[in-house]
Amino acid sequence: MIISVASGKGGTGKTLVATSLALSLEGQVQLLDCDVEEPNDHIFLKPNFTKRESVYVRIPKVDEEKCTHCGKCSEVCAYNAIADMKKKVLVFPELCHGCGACSYLCPEEAISEVGKEVGVVEIGHSDSIQFAHGKLNVGEAMAPPVIRKVKEHANREGTVIIDVSPGTSCPVVESIRGSDFCLLVTEPTPFGLNDLILAVEVVRKLDIPCAVILNRAGVGDRKVEEYCLKENIPILLTIPLDTEIAGYYSRGIPLVEGIPQWRAHFLELYNRVRGMVTSQVSQ
Amino acid sequence: MKEVVVLSGKGGTGKTSIVGSFAAIAQSKVLADCDVDAADLHLLLSPTTREQNEFWSGQVALIDEEKCTKCGLCQDICHFHAISDFKVDPTSCEGCGFCYHVCPDEAITMKDCLSGHWFISETRYGPLVHARLGIAEENSGKLVALVRQNARSIAEREDLKYIITDGPPGIGCPVISSLSGANLALLVTEPTLSGIHDLERVLGVCRHFGIPALVCVNKYDINEDNTRQIERFCSAQGVEVVSKIPMDNVVTEALVRGMPVVEYARNGVSKEIGRLWEAISTRLGRQ
Repeated sequence: MIISVASGKGGTGKTLVATSLALSLEGQVQLLDCDVEEPNDHIFLKPNFTKRESVYVRIPKVDEEKCTHCGKCSEVCAYNAIADMKKKVLVFPELCHGCGACSYLCPEEAISEVGKEVGVVEIGHSDSIQFAHGKLNVGEAMAPPVIRKVKEHANREGTVIIDVSPGTSCPVVESIRGSDFCLLVTEPTPFGLNDLILAVEVVRKLDIPCAVILNRAGVGDRKVEEYCLKENIPILLTIPLDTEIAGYYSRGIPLVEGIPQWRAHFLELYNRVRGMVTSQVSQ
Repeated sequence: MKEVVVLSGKGGTGKTSIVGSFAAIAQSKVLADCDVDAADLHLLLSPTTREQNEFWSGQVALIDEEKCTKCGLCQDICHFHAISDFKVDPTSCEGCGFCYHVCPDEAITMKDCLSGHWFISETRYGPLVHARLGIAEENSGKLVALVRQNARSIAEREDLKYIITDGPPGIGCPVISSLSGANLALLVTEPTLSGIHDLERVLGVCRHFGIPALVCVNKYDINEDNTRQIERFCSAQGVEVVSKIPMDNVVTEALVRGMPVVEYARNGVSKEIGRLWEAISTRLGRQ
């Protein structure tokens, strides 16, 4: 079973939930940090990394000897990443999505594909938890290839928890695609509600069942609860605004290690998610 | 005219609350919300939309079932694994058109995508340019560029001194698009290990693109050891920590009322944000 932890708004507590959920479960558990722009789970789990893989996108390399400057490559490129200047072909790697159209369609077979590193995936474990995360190289724009590489390590036989980046665009879609369930972490403020509504639209578009976790409860207003009631989205866990909890977070200590009583709440959360996924499958 | 972009790396450190307050403090400016996939600044500024525009960007492949002979070539060549069972998953398709070019039956067409909307609005603090990326859409970087272009032309037309840009979290495509060519980045962080880790990466992006940066530690008093660690790090990097804002629930109270905190409370938080804007405008004036 794959459970992704997403939010829309940043800083609502995804990392707190993903790490504490992973630490509360028995059996085979894997945590994949797919927030490759700003991965933080390793700060809390301090995994031993045993393997490191580069992530490459394939960008074109033109053999000027073979090139007849027919212009086909620039004609087919949807991203203006290759331009035939009639004497030389220019490649703009930062615009290239690595689709491979130019090299395949070049009538002279003058274009080969070379790897350009855009990030790395590190794999390891923290006690019994299998761990992997991706890190987009600083200055690189495209997170999805790194996310795809992290997800290649998903081991569906056990429980896989995916920590997702904030927002609602391509990195989020890439991370949560294929999940059995999505937990949406929010806070009881107008920002939290606005971005929760957007996140719910994303998971519904991808047809993934979801539930809400309300963090920093006690401040703000009740509009998130009203929205969840109206939309029939269960709130499976409420975490109060609490300086002790914030203190553990600030020092990189998982909630369930700082306050072990929380383990039972996360276990119950997991059981309810499992129940909802199983009943969905049997329907 | 000078542009400051507010970034953070880590989400939820207080970018939008700070920009909302700058809106109330700063004179002669246009505001740009570049967090196009989870825009929130409008919730503090109660804008009246003057202009709504469609954002058409990119394409998606569509297979004509009647013409398709199920040869499977499109599925084999697609680098994004967007085609299975001779159907295109539009959320995976990156619109490259590779399949369209190779299909021997000419069964594939490329459709333009309506990827979102962008708005020019009026607020009681001045003009605001903002946007909404379509759900699960791509090209957020291009939409960010469009928002900034329009903010810039408003600033030029109305002879405004500042563009104040609320940026997205992270370090990827929309962040790079928010940052390129700006005069200054304000990096808002928090004294948590995650905040520090993410600050280092977003500072790396500023360096990579040659944009000068200032740092603000928000809620600095939730962990003063970590705040000192941020100050040491910044000092070693030659980056100035221009402000330390205390933790105070008035920020959330103001947010619930839909107003900038500097208009809601005249306490320490508001005074500190006032000083922060002064430091930024002074720095921009020197450039």
